[in-house]
Amino acid sequence: MIGRLLLFKLLQAVPVILIVSVLAFLLMSLLPGDPAVIIAGEGATAEAIETVRRGLGLDQPFHIQLGRWFARLAEGNFGASLMLNQSVLSAMGERLPVTLSLAGLSLAITLPIGIFAGSIAAYYRQSWIDSLVMTVALLGVSIPGFWIAIVAVILFSVTLGWLPSSGYVPMSQDAVQWFRALIMPAAMLSLFQIGFLARMTRSAMLDVLSQDFIRTARSKGLSEWKTVGKHAFRNALIMVITTMGILVSTAIGGSVVIEQVFALPGIGRLVVQGILARDYPLVQGVMLIYGFAFVIINLTVDVLYTFADPRVRYD
Amino acid sequence: MASEPLVSIENLTVQFRTDRGWATATESVSFDIGDGDCLGVVGESGSGKSVTALSILRLHARGTSRFNSGTIRYDGRDLLRASERDMRAIRGRDIAMVFQDPMSSLNPVLTICDQISETLMLHRGLSRIEARKRAIELLDLVRIADAARRVDEYPHRFSGGMRQRVMIAIAIACRPRLLIADEPTTALDVTIQAQILELLRDLRTELNMAVMLISHDLGVIAEFARRVVVMYAGRVVEDAPVDVLFRKAMHPYTEGLMASMPALDGPVRRLYSIPGRIPDINEQVAGCRFSPRCGHAEAVCLTAMPDLVPVSPDHRVRCAPRTRTTGAG
Repeated sequence: MIGRLLLFKLLQAVPVILIVSVLAFLLMSLLPGDPAVIIAGEGATAEAIETVRRGLGLDQPFHIQLGRWFARLAEGNFGASLMLNQSVLSAMGERLPVTLSLAGLSLAITLPIGIFAGSIAAYYRQSWIDSLVMTVALLGVSIPGFWIAIVAVILFSVTLGWLPSSGYVPMSQDAVQWFRALIMPAAMLSLFQIGFLARMTRSAMLDVLSQDFIRTARSKGLSEWKTVGKHAFRNALIMVITTMGILVSTAIGGSVVIEQVFALPGIGRLVVQGILARDYPLVQGVMLIYGFAFVIINLTVDVLYTFADPRVRYD
Repeated sequence: MASEPLVSIENLTVQFRTDRGWATATESVSFDIGDGDCLGVVGESGSGKSVTALSILRLHARGTSRFNSGTIRYDGRDLLRASERDMRAIRGRDIAMVFQDPMSSLNPVLTICDQISETLMLHRGLSRIEARKRAIELLDLVRIADAARRVDEYPHRFSGGMRQRVMIAIAIACRPRLLIADEPTTALDVTIQAQILELLRDLRTELNMAVMLISHDLGVIAEFARRVVVMYAGRVVEDAPVDVLFRKAMHPYTEGLMASMPALDGPVRRLYSIPGRIPDINEQVAGCRFSPRCGHAEAVCLTAMPDLVPVSPDHRVRCAPRTRTTGAG
């Protein structure tokens, strides 16, 4: 049952991946400036530029270029980075664990806090607890990430000296240092997410708590904990899962800024450097990775749905 | 009734918070439910039937309602003053409830087995496996075919009538002494209605429990109840055994309800309807609350609220003109 759903969703993902790769390809021709001129470097002769152009296949007609592009991708060849002395694939492979660690840790902070805060706000609606949670949540989604991140660095790294202000240590090398390096960036990334999740959970819970089956649960003699934690939350979970998909997506976007502030060598920082250096193959590679990531996130959400809501099960 | 009643509601006044302050939903409601009794509560929408029923289990939305006065005695305790913990022990075990809309009363993301087992595990201390076995027996009891297979399904696979059977199975799981059924057939087709009523009737004798059936349909009440409480605008206006009520209803409102029932054997005629409408919860009506709609209203009806007066040992009426001669004196 899950297998069939997965197959169906994977087939749906194929055109999305194709479109993303075409867009990545178009990057070369759509961005201002001539890639051949930039790649050949400053002060290059017209001849040298022409050689580069031929080397990149940019002198060929559009459809030939596109065909070659797909052929290369099919081989798993993302090309060589212009600014780094390595292939795009290995450059991304090195940095992916950093971004995944950051996103994973921030999600681990976000989920329990966001769900709990949203639930108690809904349960104690229109009380001071509700107002407090909603005010903090509003702050969380409104304060710009880079600003609060810089304030956090000044407070926890510069003034208090508790945490490193930048840098990254792989988990395999030293788990404690890994955690110390990532906790502040992850927490900063979580602020927006917690605010967002708390608000979504609150509204989902408010909706569920007013349903008739909640009264049924109470009429059975169930405790408030069981009524809210089991009967209400199982229903609100459907909404929370949707929100989770959005959260992971925003974590990808947010990581670009956060990695920059904390000098974390992740994908987000890589793509910023790539764009500044006009490293076309690198930017194309990251675009594809991001595209894949979104497809996988949506696939995961779809599969999780079937566990949360029996009504959408395909059987 | 000679023996001690199972539940005794006395002087119950419930208020709800509205935009214009506290509004009175029921006022000085008093009636008893005997052990094994079969009580019908009838009245229009907004007459306070459901509010009274929910008060017995204290299931009103929190923060928006309050009990101004009254007691609800059950098993030597006042339920209005019992702790929340005591109430939880009573809910689902001693007193259970079936609600109006079976489509929304079951949790859509939990299996039928889970929803029936819950009360059994909570109140009877059954293990998951024992509870499941009992859940299948209960589904059999409420006449759901192929119970062993259907027990693991989710509510969306069941029709409205089937869901109401499941609700009844949940309610009777712990063999309660009182089952409150709040308009259990209103949301269902007429044919299904009859089946559900028959099921409730059979279960009542089989399990020897009292049933309080709430309905706006006097036909349903006539078929089911042994005693009837008629409510209007938050008050009990008449309380009598069903045969007495149908033979000689005394309150003009009860008469109106009777007259607006279609007669199957009589000549076809335009159905009677009581003129006017039930007053809004925020509306103030001086004197008898039915007086603006009453064809027999006198001067006294417009000034003073009449008392609920016994006209015979088991018949009480709240109507000043009608009880004047037979009255309390």
